Amino acid sequence: MAVEGIGARALRKEDKRFITGKGRYTDDVVLPGMGFAAFVRSPHAHAKVRGIDSSAALLMPGVDAVLSGDQLVGDGIGNLICGWMIHSKDGSPMKMGGWRALEPETVRFVGQAVAVVVADTQAQARDAADAVVVDYEELPAVADPLAALDEGAPQLHPEAEGNLIYDWEIGDEAATNAAFENAAHVTRMQIQNNRLVPNPMEPRAAVASYNDGDEHYTLYTTSQNPHVARLVLSAFYNVAPEHKLRVIAPDVGGGFGSKIFIYPEEMVCLWASKRVGRPVKWVSDRTEAFLTDAHGRDHRSEAELALDADNKILGLRVKTVANIGAYMSLFSSSVPTYLYATLLSGQYDIPAIHANVKTVYTNTAPVDAYRGAGRPEATFLLERVIETAAREVGMSPADFRRKNFIKSFPHQTPVIMCYDAGDYDATLDAALKAADYDGFAARKAEAASRGKLRGIGMSCYIEACGIAPSAAVGSLGAGVGLWESAEVRVNPVGTVEVLTGSHSHGQGHETTFAQLISERFGLDTDAISIVHGDTDKVQFGMGTYGSRSGAVGMSAIVKALDKVETKAKKIAAHLMEASEADIQIEGGELKVAGTDKKLSFTEVALAAYTAHNLPEGMEPGLKEGAFYDPTNFTFPAGTYICEVEIDPETGRTEIVNFVAADDFGKVINPMIVEGQVHGGLAQGIGQALLENAAYDENGQLLTASYMDYTMPRADDVPSFNLSTHETVCPGNPLGMKGCGEAGAIGSPPAVINAITDAIGSNDLSMPASAEKVWALCKSSMRQAAE
Amino acid sequence: MYETQYHRAGSVSEAAALIGKAEDGKFLGGGQTLLPTMKQRLAAPSDLVDLTKIPDLKGIKVEGDAVVIGAATTHSEVATSDVVREKLPGLATLASGIGDPAVRHMGTIGGSISNNDPAADYPAGLVGLNATVKTSKRSIAAENFFVGMFETALEDDEIVVSVSFPVPQKSGYSKYPNPASRYAMAGVFVSQQADGSVRVAVTGAGSDGVFRVAEMESALGSNWAPDAVAGIHVNDGDMLSDIHGSSEYRANLVTVMAKRAIAAS
Ligand SMILES: Cc1cc2nc3c(=O)[nH]c(=O)nc-3n(C[C@H](O)[C@H](O)[C@H](O)COP(=O)(O)OP(=O)(O)OC[C@H]3O[C@@H](n4cnc5c(N)ncnc54)[C@H](O)[C@@H]3O)c2cc1C
Repeated sequence: MAVEGIGARALRKEDKRFITGKGRYTDDVVLPGMGFAAFVRSPHAHAKVRGIDSSAALLMPGVDAVLSGDQLVGDGIGNLICGWMIHSKDGSPMKMGGWRALEPETVRFVGQAVAVVVADTQAQARDAADAVVVDYEELPAVADPLAALDEGAPQLHPEAEGNLIYDWEIGDEAATNAAFENAAHVTRMQIQNNRLVPNPMEPRAAVASYNDGDEHYTLYTTSQNPHVARLVLSAFYNVAPEHKLRVIAPDVGGGFGSKIFIYPEEMVCLWASKRVGRPVKWVSDRTEAFLTDAHGRDHRSEAELALDADNKILGLRVKTVANIGAYMSLFSSSVPTYLYATLLSGQYDIPAIHANVKTVYTNTAPVDAYRGAGRPEATFLLERVIETAAREVGMSPADFRRKNFIKSFPHQTPVIMCYDAGDYDATLDAALKAADYDGFAARKAEAASRGKLRGIGMSCYIEACGIAPSAAVGSLGAGVGLWESAEVRVNPVGTVEVLTGSHSHGQGHETTFAQLISERFGLDTDAISIVHGDTDKVQFGMGTYGSRSGAVGMSAIVKALDKVETKAKKIAAHLMEASEADIQIEGGELKVAGTDKKLSFTEVALAAYTAHNLPEGMEPGLKEGAFYDPTNFTFPAGTYICEVEIDPETGRTEIVNFVAADDFGKVINPMIVEGQVHGGLAQGIGQALLENAAYDENGQLLTASYMDYTMPRADDVPSFNLSTHETVCPGNPLGMKGCGEAGAIGSPPAVINAITDAIGSNDLSMPASAEKVWALCKSSMRQAAE
Repeated sequence: MYETQYHRAGSVSEAAALIGKAEDGKFLGGGQTLLPTMKQRLAAPSDLVDLTKIPDLKGIKVEGDAVVIGAATTHSEVATSDVVREKLPGLATLASGIGDPAVRHMGTIGGSISNNDPAADYPAGLVGLNATVKTSKRSIAAENFFVGMFETALEDDEIVVSVSFPVPQKSGYSKYPNPASRYAMAGVFVSQQADGSVRVAVTGAGSDGVFRVAEMESALGSNWAPDAVAGIHVNDGDMLSDIHGSSEYRANLVTVMAKRAIAAS
C-alpha cells in the first residue's frame, strides 16, 4: 500500500481476506460446547396456537431443550419494539400490537416462530423441530394492504382497530387543495411500489453464549449496528443488562437495511444460551430468510400533480397506503412517513404538497427499511408523475423538469426538508450528454427496422442521507439520537487505530476511513487499522444505514483527528522549541515552517507515550475521541437516464444503456463509490424489472426461493455509464453527501419511464415483467390498428 | 438434509443390485435436482447409488445413423461435443442453455430425463429428435418415456443407460427462460428428420409436460420457414399458468419460440 488520500482509487484493504476466503463471519464462530437452534415456524398466515407438544422432540437424539413462548414470557423477556413513534393526524399515537420472539397465542405470518429446539448438531435440531407438534386453529388472513382496510377484513391486533396503525399527514392540505383549484392541468395516477426481499448474500445468524461465573452474555450476530442491538436487547427486551452484554458483528456479508433490526432469533439464542447452559448458534437458511427477514417497500398510492398554464408545478397531492406486515419492526414506522413523504418535493420547486399515509397490518412478514428506505418510494412516485405530466402537456421530459428545478439554495420545501446545496441542471446536462439524448430518435428508428421498440426515460432523484440531527429526529418521534462516535488511537510506534461506531458490511470502510487518516497525516494506509463492530472495543455507535457512514461517521473521525492533530502539534512544537502555529504536518512528518527542523509522526507519538518531555501540564498519550451530531441531512441528487429495447413478441426488456450522473458531494474513493452505484442500480433495476415478493390471498409467500423470486443477475444489467459532479455539502467537514442508496433510489422510475416511452402505454406497474409488457404492446398495437 | 448412505456403482448390474438391497434407495446422477431436494428435506432416500462412474453410461458415440449419448454425460459435455455440434446442433444449443456453468458441469442427461421436470429442456430435445431411451431393461421411444409431470415410464430399479438420437437434416432449439429459475417457460425443439418428416416438441409450457404440435409439423412439412408457424397458436387451456406467466402468455411464447427455433436451424 501507500499514502492514499482523499480522491484516490485505493484498492480495498478488506478484499484480501474476503477474496481468499479468510473473512470471519458469524457462522465461522465456533465456541466450545456449542449447541444449535432450530425454530419451529408457523405454516399458517394467521392462526391461534392451541397447544405445543414437544414430547416426541425431547426424546430425540442430541436434544437439550424445546422452548416456547410461555417460558419466554415467564422469564420476563420483553416484546419486540418499534423505536419511532408516529402520531396520527388526529394526534393519537400509533397503534402497536405486541410482538413476542416466540409466539404463545396467535401467529400472524407464515414463518413466525412459536418454539425453538436446541440440540448438539444442526441436523438434530432440525429433525426435532420437525417433530414438535403444534395444534393450530386457522384464522382468516389478509395479505393485501388495501383489503386489510376493508370493513370485515380479518383483524390482526386488538390494539389496531381496522388494522390501521396510523393515519398520518404532512404538508398544508388547504394550500394544496387551493393549488388544485387554480390548476390549468392536473395529472392523476395510481402508483404501486412492489414488495421486495432484501437478500444479502450472507443470511442472518447468531451465536450467543452466557457465562454464569460473571453473569455475562456475548452475542455474535449479523448486525449493521451492534451497539443499537445491545441497547435494544438490554433496555427493551430485558435479556441482559447493557454492561453484561457484549455484541460483536464480525464480517457481515451485506445488509441493505435488513440487518439493522433486532429480530426474534438472536434474542432467543441469548435467552436460550442461559436456559440450556451452553452457547447456541443459529444460522438462517435461505427459505427462512425469505420468510422472516424484514421485507421492503409495498406501497399503494394515488398521486396528483397540479400545473399552471405555463407548465409550472403548483402542487402535489398524495395518498398512500403502506403495508407494514404483521408486526412493527424496529424502524418500520418511520419509513413510509418521515423517510418518504419529506422527499416528495424532489428536485422541484413545488409550492404546496400534502401527503396522507395510512399504514396497515397484514398477515405478511414485517416490512422495514430496505436500501433507500422511503426515498425510493417517493422518487418512484414523483418521477413517474413528473414524466407523465410532461407527456400529457406535450413538453420534453427534460425541459419540463428543468423548468421546475429548484435553482437557489438553501431551499425550504413544504415537507420539512431544507436542501442545503445542489446543482440539478449540471447533473441533468451531464446525463443528457452521456446518454446522447439528442441521437435517440435515430436509434429508435434503427431499432424499429429490426422489429424492436426503443424507449428512453429519465429520473431526477433527490434523497436525504447522513441521518440525522438528533434533536430534529427526536422531535419527529425517533427513540434514538443519530449522531456517530469515533476514537483515534495513535500507538507509541506511530501506527493508528480508528475505532468507529459505523459498521462496514460491504461498504469498504476499512479502506475509505484509512484514506482519511492517510491524507491527514501522510501515513501509509497499511499503518492504519479501522476497528468496528464490537461493543467491547468501540465505546458507542449508531451503525451504518441511510448512507450515513461518510457524512456522519467520518465527520466524527475528523473531529477526533482535529484533537489528535492539535495535541501532536503541541508536542512537536515543544520538542523543537517552535511556536505551535508554525508546525505543519506533511508526508508523515511534523515540520517547523520555514526551517529544516522536523520530527516524524512516530517520534512525536513515542514522545507522547514515554512522556519524558511533554509540555507543562499535558497528559501523556495520543488518543482522542469525538461525537459528531449532524446539523442537517445531506442531499445527494442526480439524473439517471435509461434506454431500453423491447421485443414486442415476448415483452422482454433489454436495457441497452444506463447513464447515472450523481452529485455525492466530496468523493473519497471513486472506485468504491462506483461499486456502490453499480450495486444500487442493480437492485433498482431488479425492482423495476424482476423482483417481487408475492403473497397469495391466504398469506402464503409464493416467492420463497430463487426458483420463483427473481434476483437480478449480471446478464440482466448493462455496463453502466457513470459520472459524478461535486457540489460540496456545506453541512459537514468533508463536504460529503453519501452514495450508498442513490442507485436503488433513482433507477426504478428511469426504467419504467423508458419502457412506457417505448410501448406508448403508461399503465405499467413494477416489476415490469415480460408478460405485462407483452400484454401492453399487444393492446397498443391493437389500438394503433383500429 | 437427512442422513443417507452413499454408494458408488461400478456397473449397471451392480447399481441395480444396490438399489434392490436399499430400503428406500435412489439413483444419483449429477445431483443437481436430487441434492437440493434433499437439502430442503423434501426427499429422504436411505441410500444413494451414484451412477456417474459407470463406464457404460459415459460418452458420446456415433452408431450408424444415430448419435448415442451415455446417461451420465454432463450437459457441458453435450454442449461442447464436436459430434453433437455437427450432427445435432439444436441439442448442443439446448444443453448449453441449461442452468449455469456449475449445473452444466455436474448435471447429466440421464438425470434430467429421469426427473422429467415439466420445465426442463431435454424432454423437448428427445421428443423433437425422435430419440430412443435405452435402459437397463429395454428401449423406449421418447414419446412413451415421458408420461406426465415428473413422471416417466421408468420402473423403480430401472436405469437409463443411454439416449440414441437419429441424425436429422436440420434441428433447432429456442427457449424463453423463466426469469427466476432460468428453466424453460417455453422451449421449442424443431427438427427435420432424415426422411423429411418434421417434429415440433414443446417443453415448459404444457400443463402435462412435453408435447408435440401437429399443426406446426404439417405446416413446416411443406414450408420450412419461421413464417409457416407464425399464425399457429396452441390452445391456451392446455398451458401452465403461474406467477411468471399466464397460459395465454405461454401459448404466445410457444409460437414465438417455434419461429426462432426454425430460424436458428
Ligand atoms: C440452479 C439450477 C438451474 C437449473 N436449470 C435448468 C435448466 O435451465 N433446464 C433444465 O433442463 N434443467 C435445469 N436444472 C436441472 C439440471 O439440468 C439437473 O442436472 C437435472 O434436472 C438432473 O440431472 P442430474 O444428473 O443432476 O440428476 P440427479 O439430480 O442426480 O437426479 C435426478 C433424478 O433422476 C434420477 N436419475 C439420475 N440418473 C438416472 C439414471 N441414469 N437412470 C435413472 N434415474 C436416474 C435420480 O434418482 C433422481 O430421481 C437446473 C438445476 C439447477 C440446480
